Amino acid sequence: MSTPGSTAQDRMTAIQLVDRKPARGGINGTFLWIEIKRLLRNRRTLLFTILVPAIFFAIFGLSNKNQMLPGGTHSYGEYILISLTVYAAMTSATASGAQVAVERAQGWSRQLRLTPLRPGAYIAVKAAAALVMSFIAVVAQFTIGAIAGVRLDAGTIVAAGLAAWLGSLVFAALGLMVGYLMPSQNVMQLLGPVLAIMAMLGGLFMPLEIMGSTFTDIARFSPAYGIGQIARSPLTGAWDWIWVVNAVAWLAVFVAGAALAFRKDTKRV
Amino acid sequence: MSQLLAVDAQGLHKSFGTVQAVRGLDLQVKPGEVVAFLGPNGAGKTTTIDMILGLSEPTRGSVKVYGGTPRQAIARGQVAAVMQTGGLLKDITVKETVQLTAAMFDSPRPVAEVLERAGIANLADRRVEKCSGGQQQRLRFAMALVSDPGLMILDEPTTGMDVAGRRDFWHAIRQDAQRGRTVVFATHYLDEADAYADRIVLVRQGRVVADGTAAQIKNLAAGRTVRAALGQEDPRLVRLPQVDSVEYDGARVTIRSQDSDAVLRFLLAETDAHDLEVSANNLEDAFVALTSDDAEPVVGPQLNGSEAQA
Repeated sequence: MSTPGSTAQDRMTAIQLVDRKPARGGINGTFLWIEIKRLLRNRRTLLFTILVPAIFFAIFGLSNKNQMLPGGTHSYGEYILISLTVYAAMTSATASGAQVAVERAQGWSRQLRLTPLRPGAYIAVKAAAALVMSFIAVVAQFTIGAIAGVRLDAGTIVAAGLAAWLGSLVFAALGLMVGYLMPSQNVMQLLGPVLAIMAMLGGLFMPLEIMGSTFTDIARFSPAYGIGQIARSPLTGAWDWIWVVNAVAWLAVFVAGAALAFRKDTKRV
Repeated sequence: MSQLLAVDAQGLHKSFGTVQAVRGLDLQVKPGEVVAFLGPNGAGKTTTIDMILGLSEPTRGSVKVYGGTPRQAIARGQVAAVMQTGGLLKDITVKETVQLTAAMFDSPRPVAEVLERAGIANLADRRVEKCSGGQQQRLRFAMALVSDPGLMILDEPTTGMDVAGRRDFWHAIRQDAQRGRTVVFATHYLDEADAYADRIVLVRQGRVVADGTAAQIKNLAAGRTVRAALGQEDPRLVRLPQVDSVEYDGARVTIRSQDSDAVLRFLLAETDAHDLEVSANNLEDAFVALTSDDAEPVVGPQLNGSEAQA
């Protein structure tokens, strides 16, 4: 790694007070690629993303995968595969967002404030990295499902996969919000159970129809409900715009929460 | 280069609750100056640096960096800082850290060049968490070099570095100073301030108590120190002309005076003093004299190296 002569000469030119503001506020491939590498190196994130939903699928789905659900449009195996794909995407996105807690604890957030990086660009790269991780989660779950013998047609896979994948943005925002609020390296230990409850309320572990009606009434307002319903709509053939409203409303709540927490964090030094 | 000041802090105050960390600090730094910010722990050095970097807002007073707010200068990538602790991601490598930092600036220096200058090219693929304190400090320096900033602010930059590391570090700093880089560094290593700064700003209790070249600062605590063995305490010593202080330590006495000859004559003629030693004050003595809690502020614009004061 020796330095070429031209560089050495270049080095002796006078310091220029030029504007070094990065293009696009600092959104670039290098930044995104290093973020993705960090997420891939985090074994705990990968565990949440791939292994845990796969184990749930083995526990909940395999034994009665061919049993048809009431209504007769789809099997339990198909139901649980798509539901757990949503669950996998949401946990991986949450874990990716929650990484800011580690960054804050290590003083990286403060370091970033000494660069021209725009906060919006930072959030955009974080969101993009979270989407890459949830994409991996979605592909992994459908692969595991296919190996286990759950047959879905291509249209269903694409539509359900897109819903699970894009819906994970809601949870990337949740992860960011909690990551800014909690100064802990173990945010996911708190968020893991919270996500499990949200998944249960969203009907991702078992159909809500087999629960009581009060439970279902509450569940309708929970953050994973809308995304789960949208993702399963290719199976059920049902559609209700209120599901989209649910997902967008929760996205707005978590983004606003994350923005507030971020602003508070910026003030405190 | 324009005559715009790199740093212009006027009447800075910063309080945390009832604690006044900085109280009325003025600091003007011209482009190309290498300034040491010297003071005991708790003097307000880090608090002042945070305000110059726009990481915190002064309670009162103002800071300008290159004529604008600190945040504006940072948004243009004209300032870089090496902080004392933190600011590193543990789960990436040394090289990735510099690549990531470079990605946040327009036309940065080549990563390989920066690693080499900071003396960590051989550690490029090491995870940050596996680096020693001194290696992490070199990495922080590499991160500051990558944007080739006009102003570099360093808070205790050589903490944890070994002797060779410190020498390489200061060599690189002086090289860039010749290219016109402005450097402000906080330190408690007096020898570093003495050897590498064009100008020393001495702070105590949130104020500047002396500001000038190393030689000028040493002159402020001019005079000599006389040590002798003395049978018993002698109250006449403190009344001698130009004696600053008299301290007894068992059978030995230490006298600081602007006129050591008079002290010596008195000791030999009037007392049973023996084993006399005379030493000239060094920067450390000046530092102690000027920053001790009962020291009188001696700062004066006449000493200030910066004409911009006027």
